[in-house]
Amino acid sequence: MKGKFGISVLLAMGVALIGAYGPAVAGQGVEGTAKADGLDACVAPTAFMRRRHFELIKHQRDVTVHQGIRKTDNSLAGCVDCHVRKDVSGDHVAIDAPGEFCAACHEFTGASLDCFTCHATKPTGN
Amino acid sequence: MTAVAPGVFLQSVAKATPRDTPVTDDVRYGMLIDTTKCADGCSDCVAACEKENGLDLLEKPQGASDELWDMQRPRWIRTVKLKNNLTGRITSLPMMCQHCEHPPCVDVCPTGASFQRADGLALVDRHTCIGCRYCMMACPYNARSFIHENVQIKPTAVPRGKGCVESCTFCVHRLDRGDMTTACQDACSHDAIVFGDLKDPNSAVSQAMAKHTNVEIRADLKLNTAVRYTDI
Repeated sequence: MKGKFGISVLLAMGVALIGAYGPAVAGQGVEGTAKADGLDACVAPTAFMRRRHFELIKHQRDVTVHQGIRKTDNSLAGCVDCHVRKDVSGDHVAIDAPGEFCAACHEFTGASLDCFTCHATKPTGN
Repeated sequence: MTAVAPGVFLQSVAKATPRDTPVTDDVRYGMLIDTTKCADGCSDCVAACEKENGLDLLEKPQGASDELWDMQRPRWIRTVKLKNNLTGRITSLPMMCQHCEHPPCVDVCPTGASFQRADGLALVDRHTCIGCRYCMMACPYNARSFIHENVQIKPTAVPRGKGCVESCTFCVHRLDRGDMTTACQDACSHDAIVFGDLKDPNSAVSQAMAKHTNVEIRADLKLNTAVRYTDI
């Protein structure tokens, strides 16, 4: 009885380990595959970006839509291009998919993320 | 120009760059459509517009009838056929947002989402559009559509999604990166569409308008449209 319990504990631990460190699955972002992973900082210091990135994005959206200014460091397309990750097969994973760059914090805080109702979640090349 | 050897230069090609200064009213974009060249049955401009702006990525919603889909699907350009009942003369033409100087869509918008850019484009700021569709009813040209369903695939250059009204933008994303053509114009193999700056007397569109008799559609409304048609 004791032996069987021990085996099942070991099995359960094994399953948990495979879940945590097992082979990456298609459609899941792989650590280190975003352009941003190779850079020191975003367009502003990380502490600023964590707290106030939406101010940059919101300001930029008005300037772009109403004044036509597209040459900027603060575009949402730029955020996606730099922070989107790739899966094992090298395909981009939507940046609002569970656990990905935008979704990870927004899910945790319960703050809704409306950008991607309209905006592309992966670089589309156009 | 770049020197590759003494006396030998590589001609540099002017590269379009994204705009970094606000648009001004020094330009007003407009279009002349030569209906004598516009071929009956051709819809190349419509197809090019749909591809450029991602309209072709939208599928008929489950359960919707063909009639409903045909009536409600987003369309930024329609091909219209006019018949003079007296003479029997038939004219084909593309109909899209006419980018009026006095746009009724802007007049009726309760949130300011329908707005006119300094360079004359009548656009929708989808961030403030609440989807009331007043502008769709106010437009005399039936130029606006509403997105009824979630959009699964969105082009980066043309963000669009459920709950907003949309219409022709004169390919504003192209203009803002320095290109001076629209997708419909590029696709028209009959050269029926001339696009450019109406305030520049030397632009192709100004020259063409000076040369050919042309009219506004529903000129009686005094909207001063930026799209004009010949021979109708």
